[in-house]
Amino acid sequence: MSFYITSLIAIVATIMVITRYNMIHALLYLVVSFLAVAVIFFMLGAPFMAALEVIIYAGAIVVLIIFVIMMLNLKEESVEQERKWFSKNIWIGPGILSFILLGELVYILVSSGTMPLGSTMVDAKAVGISLYGPYIIGVELSGLLLMAGIVGAYHLGRQRRKVVHRFLERAEE
Amino acid sequence: MLSLLWLIPTLPFLGALILILTGSRIPQRVAARIGCGSIGLSAAITALVGYDFLATGQASYKFTAWTWFHVDGLSPGVTFYLDSLSLVFIFVITFVGFLIHIYSTEFMQTDEGFARFFAYLNLFVCAMLILVLADNLVLLYLGWEGVGLCSYLLIGFWYSEEKNGYAARKAFIITRVGDTAMAIGLFVLFSVFHTLNIQDILVQAPQVWTIGASSAVLVGFLLLGGAVGKSAQLPLQTWLPDAMAGPSPVSALIHAATMVTAGVYLITRMHGIYELAPLAQQWVGIIGAVTLLLAGCSALTQYDLKRVLAYSTISQIGYMFLALGVGAWSAAIFHFMIHAFFKALLFLSAGAVIMALHHEHDMFRMGGLRKKLPVIYYTFLIGAASLAALPFITAGFYSKDQILWLAWAGERGNLWFFIAALTGAFITAMYTFRMVFVTFFGEAKTHISHRPGKRMTIPLVILAVLSLIGGFIELPHTLGHVTLFSNILSPLLPAVPLREGVESTEWTLQLIAAAFSLGGIYIAYIFYIQQPKLADDLQSATRGVHQFWFRGWDLDALYDFVFVRPFVYLSKWNKGDVIDRFYTLLVRLTEYFNETFVRTQNGILRWYIMSIVAGAILIITISLFIQP
Amino acid sequence: MKTLPIESGLLLAGVLFTLGLISVLIRRNIIFMLISVEIMLNAAGLAFIMAGSRWVQADGQVMFIFILTMAAAEVSVGLALILQIYHQLKTLDSDAADKMHG
Repeated sequence: MSFYITSLIAIVATIMVITRYNMIHALLYLVVSFLAVAVIFFMLGAPFMAALEVIIYAGAIVVLIIFVIMMLNLKEESVEQERKWFSKNIWIGPGILSFILLGELVYILVSSGTMPLGSTMVDAKAVGISLYGPYIIGVELSGLLLMAGIVGAYHLGRQRRKVVHRFLERAEE
Repeated sequence: MLSLLWLIPTLPFLGALILILTGSRIPQRVAARIGCGSIGLSAAITALVGYDFLATGQASYKFTAWTWFHVDGLSPGVTFYLDSLSLVFIFVITFVGFLIHIYSTEFMQTDEGFARFFAYLNLFVCAMLILVLADNLVLLYLGWEGVGLCSYLLIGFWYSEEKNGYAARKAFIITRVGDTAMAIGLFVLFSVFHTLNIQDILVQAPQVWTIGASSAVLVGFLLLGGAVGKSAQLPLQTWLPDAMAGPSPVSALIHAATMVTAGVYLITRMHGIYELAPLAQQWVGIIGAVTLLLAGCSALTQYDLKRVLAYSTISQIGYMFLALGVGAWSAAIFHFMIHAFFKALLFLSAGAVIMALHHEHDMFRMGGLRKKLPVIYYTFLIGAASLAALPFITAGFYSKDQILWLAWAGERGNLWFFIAALTGAFITAMYTFRMVFVTFFGEAKTHISHRPGKRMTIPLVILAVLSLIGGFIELPHTLGHVTLFSNILSPLLPAVPLREGVESTEWTLQLIAAAFSLGGIYIAYIFYIQQPKLADDLQSATRGVHQFWFRGWDLDALYDFVFVRPFVYLSKWNKGDVIDRFYTLLVRLTEYFNETFVRTQNGILRWYIMSIVAGAILIITISLFIQP
Repeated sequence: MKTLPIESGLLLAGVLFTLGLISVLIRRNIIFMLISVEIMLNAAGLAFIMAGSRWVQADGQVMFIFILTMAAAEVSVGLALILQIYHQLKTLDSDAADKMHG
């Protein structure tokens, strides 16, 4: 029962994320969606994952996005721009495609037999043993990936400030 | 000595090769020495080989260098075959060729393409020698094509002037028509005899064909077609007057002495076939007779010195064809040899005159050269006398007389041939001495700018001597009956059987022929020396006929109308090139598809994502609903 | 806990994924596209957890950790790129970056 309520909250929050004009509003709804998914994780017997979801997804990633939005220093007109880009017509094509996809997913699910879903807890210890056992290579690769992410983000985000004479600065503006 | 036979065509070939490879880098003197030296050596070896051949009295000598190719029953060899007929030809080619080469060293000495000229000349001599020494028809065809190529290269030697290129192209294309007929003739011959070896064919021919067999006549006509092209007879004679665009030594060597006689050589060589095909042989004679009259009339109206000589060549080869047509093989070859001497002489001295008057070609603007250029005058006079067959003292008289006699008296001769030949002799004398009188007598209208030197005059003198005494090796019955020449040829070429009861008329006929040639000279004298106004009056009175003859009986216009115009029209109509459209259609189809598909690359990110999603849906659908 | 059929869980994951997909296709703003990609990744991770819970194995959760790691790295690099795009093109319109058109 609680599963259905939580899933409903997740879906509603996601729909709100999709349809907002203001970025910050969308992000806040996104946090709500993530929290709901974390609750579902907990219900499924993966408490560590729930914690990770909140910490990393809702805590780090969304905050990072908010920082960048603040750095861009967008004005009011961005909201107006969003409104302008959002017409009724653009929902048609993507809507059709996505619903076909969803339909096929539903078809796949329905045509296979039902299976019960237990909620025995698989705790962090089992996950840790699995990670550093058979999946040790994945761990190393994730380390590499994060390293690459850091270096890439630093290098790509760097801006060399052009030195412009103050007479020309006005022209540039 | 006979084993040196293979050197005769090879030395000019080596000369040509060396000059082609190094010609632009070596000084003119060295190029001249290489060019003349190769032919000179060839001439010397010819003399040795000839002496050896005649002394031992063999019938033939064969030398095989290698087998050219093997294809399904045809394996022609690069084989040189020497018998009396080819001996006469290689003697004329190398000897007259050598004299012309010496002449050219002075004639072309200010020309930039000096080495190129000698390379082409050497290549030409090599090809002509291969033609006459060939043992089989395939090698002969090689030589045939080779002389055609060299003729094209040499006519268009001064290629920077457009009209020379056009003349060369015209010559090549028209002779090509004849060559195609000859090639078809070779195919028919091969299909009948399964060999193209000349001697084998001539031996087998009487066994395979009866007299008048249709395939024999067909082959005869086809080979005649080839001969007509190369020898500039009707209907393919229109290229020779235009070929005078080449330098005078070229006209002398190619278009007087050698290439244009290749047709005569071919028909004489294949005489066995013509004996079995009387209809074809008769047409050889008819073509010869008609051509000699046609060309003679045209020569009467020309004012360009070299064009008169060109039409004269056509006319004289008509005589040779006439002789072949009545079966007078050795008479034709005799006339060939004498004609080579005096026609080369006439062309070379005409070249000397033209060069002395600073490239003035119009006869009527020359004049009075008798005193100014005495050596040239006398040599030209001797050549002209030989051409007009001045009685008793010139070689031309004896050779032409023999043809006249056999045209009347030979087994296949008849009255019409004789009348044609006689009229031709009259016209020949007229136009020849018209040429002499207008050019050398009267008052000088153009002044001399350059006197010819020794290298030009000595060959002229040698040829003049030959034009006088060359005839004495073959005198008719009534005048001593010397038959040195026909004795050489008689084992090979059968003598002409005479009709009954005509032998006694030989003396009468000779008198008539002499009278006609002297009469022609006298009429030319009246018209151009005594009363020059008479010539102008006659010309304006008969303007239409005069212009018609001047234009070569309008054959050029006819060919232009029948062949050239439709062809040009068709190619203009096909400018869009119907066949090419198919290939451009492929290109345009590809371009169209490209333009269509390129619109899917619009750079918009959402578009790409949508196409990924669509693709994913497609794959899932297929994997779900189409069970493998 | 009651057992619940796995289909409803996977259905949830599917619905979330589809919503994210629609959002990616609709939005023109690059940052919104990034956010939508995060929604899709989250939905995929949800499906993995469900599978792991059904078989009572740790593998699903291990996969989710990897997905999480990847999403973090991707977001940081993506945001750096978005900063560069904003500085070059002075706009956040994804249609403005169409120089690679044919």
